[in-house]
Amino acid sequence: MSVHVSPLRVYVGVFLALMVLTAITVGVAFVDLGPLNNVVALGIAVTKATLVVLFFMHVAHSSRLIKLSVVSSIFWLFLLFVFILADDLTRGLLGVAGK
Amino acid sequence: METTLPTAELPERHYLNQGQGIASWLLTKDHKRIAIMYLLGVTFFFLLGGIMAMLIRLELLTPQGDLLEPDTYNRVFTMHGVFMVFFVLLPVVPAILGNFLIPIMIGAKDLAFPKINLLSWYLYMIGGGLTMYAMVRGGVDTGWTFYTPFSSTYSNTHVMATAIGVFINGFSGILTGVNFIVTIHRMRAPGLTWFRLPLFVWGHYATSLIQVLGTPVVAIAIALVGLERLFHLGIFDASRGGDPVLFQHLFWFYSHPAVYIMVLPPMGVISELVAAFSRKPVFGYRIVAYSSIGIAVLGFLVWGHHMFVSGQSVYASVVFSVLTMLVAIPSAIKVFNWSSTLYRGSVSYETPMLYALAFLGLFLIGGLTGVMLATLGFDVYVHDTYFVVAHFHYVMVGGAIVSFLGGLHYWWPKMFGRMYPVFWSKLSALLVFVGFNLTFFPQFIVGYLGMPRRYWQYPAEFQVWNVLSTAGASVLAIGFLLPGCYLLWSLKYGKVAGPNPWGALGLEWTIPSPPPTENFDGVPVVKGEPYDYQTGEEIFGILGKEAHVV
Amino acid sequence: MSEAAHAHPGLHHQFDSYEQQRQSASLGMWAFLVNEVMFFGGMFLAYAYYRHRYGHEFAAGSHSLDISLGAFNTAVLIGSSLTMALAVRAAQMGRNKAIVAFLIATMVLGSVFLGVKVIEYSDKFEHHHVPGPSFVWHDEAGSGKYAGADPFKIQIYFSLYFAMTGFHALHMIVGIGIMLLMLRPAWKGKWNLDNHNFVEGFGLYWHFVDIVWIFLFPLLYLIGRS
Repeated sequence: MSVHVSPLRVYVGVFLALMVLTAITVGVAFVDLGPLNNVVALGIAVTKATLVVLFFMHVAHSSRLIKLSVVSSIFWLFLLFVFILADDLTRGLLGVAGK
Repeated sequence: METTLPTAELPERHYLNQGQGIASWLLTKDHKRIAIMYLLGVTFFFLLGGIMAMLIRLELLTPQGDLLEPDTYNRVFTMHGVFMVFFVLLPVVPAILGNFLIPIMIGAKDLAFPKINLLSWYLYMIGGGLTMYAMVRGGVDTGWTFYTPFSSTYSNTHVMATAIGVFINGFSGILTGVNFIVTIHRMRAPGLTWFRLPLFVWGHYATSLIQVLGTPVVAIAIALVGLERLFHLGIFDASRGGDPVLFQHLFWFYSHPAVYIMVLPPMGVISELVAAFSRKPVFGYRIVAYSSIGIAVLGFLVWGHHMFVSGQSVYASVVFSVLTMLVAIPSAIKVFNWSSTLYRGSVSYETPMLYALAFLGLFLIGGLTGVMLATLGFDVYVHDTYFVVAHFHYVMVGGAIVSFLGGLHYWWPKMFGRMYPVFWSKLSALLVFVGFNLTFFPQFIVGYLGMPRRYWQYPAEFQVWNVLSTAGASVLAIGFLLPGCYLLWSLKYGKVAGPNPWGALGLEWTIPSPPPTENFDGVPVVKGEPYDYQTGEEIFGILGKEAHVV
Repeated sequence: MSEAAHAHPGLHHQFDSYEQQRQSASLGMWAFLVNEVMFFGGMFLAYAYYRHRYGHEFAAGSHSLDISLGAFNTAVLIGSSLTMALAVRAAQMGRNKAIVAFLIATMVLGSVFLGVKVIEYSDKFEHHHVPGPSFVWHDEAGSGKYAGADPFKIQIYFSLYFAMTGFHALHMIVGIGIMLLMLRPAWKGKWNLDNHNFVEGFGLYWHFVDIVWIFLFPLLYLIGRS
């Protein structure tokens, strides 16, 4: 069997990192960084999610196919966002009602 | 490979007679039996949708709205769309032919998750049941697209029951997709590499990707419509700061790729039929395989062409218009490659091949009018006219249903071990082709002249086209009912077909008809390319059974 | 087939080996999670769409949420992810009693999360912050900061708040229900070294639910706090 059993310290370490990042994200929210607030909040969320995916969900030790499925879900999410926001953000640029 | 003479008797033990009684069917985990149960379900919903279609055509026989009330007409065309799209076209090829054949074609005993396969069938039937409940309680009048804010705020018909039915049915499709993906990745027989897979399997793989990636988005869109009806959320209600166009985006993000869910498995069927009845390998096998994946991916980038007149930004419309035209490339590759396969082949005009040739012609018209509609300026002109109705019927009926009938006639002897009467089957293929064109070609003309869709009356000058169309629909109905009669007849009285009545290549033709429950007597191995009709080398074996294998 | 079933407990007939079964189960679960990503993705998209338009109103709505309850719940859910990961680890090492213990810990933490969610929801009902005809907006939390905010647009924020946290909570309730059903087979030792795909697959589901919350927390609770 090729099951990879991660050592306990990996799980505890990831857990502690997630807790620290949560504390940071709450703290930073009260500091005025202008538009950067959103970037930092999302950056921390992405970091946390990546930790969970790689270590709690074992993607770091999984086959290429599993990694591909993670990447493809992010890619399709990207398509959904890019094309719909492309409409939302360019609406009204012509100055013609309804265009 | 030699043609096996159909002198054999039916095998003593096969999947149909192992286990008797209704419980042995309703609790079965055998992919072949589940496929037969889907066949029954889909046929039932096809009949319901067909009755609705006939009501529409009868109403449109005369310019006055004299058969149905306008409100009734709205419900009839909505129920026609809902049943046909969600409960017929989406499952017709994958859930019936795919379910039956994919495990056999890849040399597996069953799908990866047989219990989930059965669950998919129950979800499908529950979803269909809820939609039927909505129908008998008075129906829905939103159109199959459930556009907001009419569906979320104003319509007082049974939107909730239908929406829940469609939502549940969506999960049936998702689970089937997951099942196919895992099965094709993990259960292939030794030696069956990706580029030795039949193109039928490639088509289903591409379709499964769309089901898994797209269906959840329409599920959440419909769920939000339901929440909006129940709790007055206002996400899609323009009068309260919401944007109805967002619903259209979420809806079409799935529902446009859904067209490719409907047409990619049929394209796989056509590849099998064209190769088998031209006695040639499919021309450019790899490019046909890749084009399935190409269509699946490109299909996700084009949904905005449904929204050219919805208030979408023109910049987005231009991008969507160009990307839509790109889909024509992989589709055209397939058509060219099938035509090249026919070229200098020993073509025989058996019934399945008649359907395959009909598909080529009809899909060509459907596809080319699709390019016309992708053109921004032209689409604005014919938007919501019968031109659009004719276009998507050419793709969906001419594509999906016609090739399903071709596939059903091809694999029917495999599924039930008996042959249907040749004369009647060829006659019905002819009736379908003639009736279909007579029904829908006039709609291109009347749509171009300006007749809008979804109206129950129209100016008198359009009547001649509508009479032609209704006449065609009657021929088409006979063409669809005939197979129901002679196929049922063949179950008892048909000639015993034997394992390989067409002399075709493929793992499914190496096992008895009907197949045993466990499909193979051992583990099959594959030693060569598919469709190798010309060298005639034996490419299939059973692991450990033959000394020269391995 | 029946002999094979005796020789290999837990190996389903359609598979040739435990390895094939394990890889199939894992791929199947991931394919299902891809579908879940797109399901929640639709709501996150709606969120981005409207936040871009109604940033001011979204900040106003966000201010009415209790940031300490949100942070507490985030910590609780991360903790439940840890216990879930340890339950999977116990299954990988064939320790049945440990699986049960960690599953119970995960369920307790999940229930705490849902309990806090009930407190938060009932607070919203009391303040008439639930979208619909009875929606009322007084700007107590922002103390006049959001005086000009359009109540209709704030309702869009709350619509998304309830839809997103509601579907998230529904996933947790389903998860806790599945864990209840898992206790007995875990105790009886159904999952051994060869066959613990169910625990692993469920673990993936639970971590996914955690990830959704990791994004929901900053997007819903932490807007415009500075």
